[in-house]
Amino acid sequence: MNGSRAATLTLAWRLASFRRENLPWFPIVVLCTLAFLAIFADVIAPHDPQVGLLGERFRPPAWQQGGSTAHLLGTDHVGRDVLSRLIFGARVSMVVGFTAVIFAGVVGTMLGILAGYLGGWVDQVIMRVTDAWLALPALTFAIFLAAIVGPSEMNIVIILGLVYWTRYARVVRGEVLSLKERDYVRLAIVAGCSKRTIMRRHILPNVVNSAIVLATLMLGVVIVTEAALSFLGVGVPPPKPAWGLMLADGKKGLMAGYWWLTVLPGVCIMLMVLSANLLGDWLRVKLDPQLRQL
Amino acid sequence: MKRFILRRVGYALLSLVVLSATIFVFVRLTGDPSVLLVEPGASKADIDAIRTDLGLDRPLLVQYGLFVKGLLRADFGRSFYYRTPVLELYLERLPNSLLLAVVAMTFSLLIGIPSGILAAVRVNGWWDGAGKLFALLGLSMPSFWVGLLLILFFSVYLGWLPSSGSGTPWHVLMPAFALGWYFAAAHMRLTRSSMLEVLGSEYIKLARLKGLPEALVIGKHAFKNALIPVLTLAGINLVLMVNVAVVVETVFAWPGVGRLLYEGIAFRDFPVVQTTVILGGVMIVVVNLAVDLMYAVIDPRIRYER
Repeated sequence: MNGSRAATLTLAWRLASFRRENLPWFPIVVLCTLAFLAIFADVIAPHDPQVGLLGERFRPPAWQQGGSTAHLLGTDHVGRDVLSRLIFGARVSMVVGFTAVIFAGVVGTMLGILAGYLGGWVDQVIMRVTDAWLALPALTFAIFLAAIVGPSEMNIVIILGLVYWTRYARVVRGEVLSLKERDYVRLAIVAGCSKRTIMRRHILPNVVNSAIVLATLMLGVVIVTEAALSFLGVGVPPPKPAWGLMLADGKKGLMAGYWWLTVLPGVCIMLMVLSANLLGDWLRVKLDPQLRQL
Repeated sequence: MKRFILRRVGYALLSLVVLSATIFVFVRLTGDPSVLLVEPGASKADIDAIRTDLGLDRPLLVQYGLFVKGLLRADFGRSFYYRTPVLELYLERLPNSLLLAVVAMTFSLLIGIPSGILAAVRVNGWWDGAGKLFALLGLSMPSFWVGLLLILFFSVYLGWLPSSGSGTPWHVLMPAFALGWYFAAAHMRLTRSSMLEVLGSEYIKLARLKGLPEALVIGKHAFKNALIPVLTLAGINLVLMVNVAVVVETVFAWPGVGRLLYEGIAFRDFPVVQTTVILGGVMIVVVNLAVDLMYAVIDPRIRYER
């Protein structure tokens, strides 16, 4: 049995025990709905999210005067359908959010285990970088990186990964420090396991829980940061429909009182981040009693 | 004590070295930094001049030395757009950022501390639930969206407050609230947990046994001690606020450091972007150091740790 299989089994065992518990329905329903919209956006969205009709600019939602059922949630400053853009925006947020969180998680967990288990100069180097990078305000750091590499979805994922791996490294290292004093790790050393094997088979499965809890909580942070970057024009490049970008466009109709362009994308961001936070809090209590105080 | 101070200062200096190295490496990672550091549309001669100036033909270590030397002399380069030293621009904007941060902090403490205390005193009650909901919303609503909603409501519908710019006290209200919103939730959470800890302690039990009225127990005995960690966090957050206000300042066209950073991106003014990041990091390293040292002075137990 290799390390990753052990990790999967631990996780499967934990997840199986959830069946009897009260599941947090609100975040699950919201996230599943958003995931469904994101996957089937092409089928569900009534219009092309990137093409607008200039004659249809600033149409209000259907229930307001001047609105029509052709554009249920109205249109934006170039006549694009808001509903379609929101649906495709879910795809952007989901893809960027999840990949960035996983990227940061894999890098941070690996470095955290290395630093915690090997100690010595490896620990010193990794933790000094972690400390220094944690001192950089996340958003400013992300903007700096975005200014260097230029905007694209792929770059955003890399940037967010680079900015946020430090959070995982910190937590994972702390856990590893206590794990490596446990008897089963000592026995594994006596049994002649290599450092690599111990880290993979005995340490990794035991830090996976914390990493997953942290990842869920980071999802919200990452989505807000992505929205902020897109809002500032260094995130997802237009005309792609990202929620942060829609908010930036919505500013053009703000003073005229076109509320739907500002309120609706924000509500989507809020729902997704709120769900991620609720799910993270719930997982934290279920998976990792040590993290409850965090 | 001396050893502790030396160690902490050493760590802080090391952090600064790593920070500068990080910035240095990332700028060179894309290949040719002269593309970033030269004005868009500059001539071949200008690019060559920058190259010799940065010593790009010399070994990396020499280049890093030159880079650090520049930083130590507080020479952050010139802005392409404003054609003045970046540091001057930064210092010009800093007071505005500080004003915004102070007002935002006031908002966040005015909301966060009372609601945190209420939640702790009525733990698991209605107030606690409401507080939790508020904290979750605070963490889930991006500050720039809160700002946009405020503009929509107070400027567009009601017409009470100016939607952007600066100058009168009215201008600072909405951006400060939008910025303070997120931090209010954090301050509420900490006040609640710190208050709960204090309320469980022996001297509070004694105060109650003495027969002091509940208002006095909470208002005087518990409140004062529970406030220490909250105020520490507030101090750190004040510096953080200056550095995370980019989006809020952009929404409200508030002429602070964040707005400078935004202009840096919009005008492809790389020295401005780089300087804002470096100075932000330096500020936070310094504040963390100050807090560590202050704690060591207050609480002798910390000095002997590790």
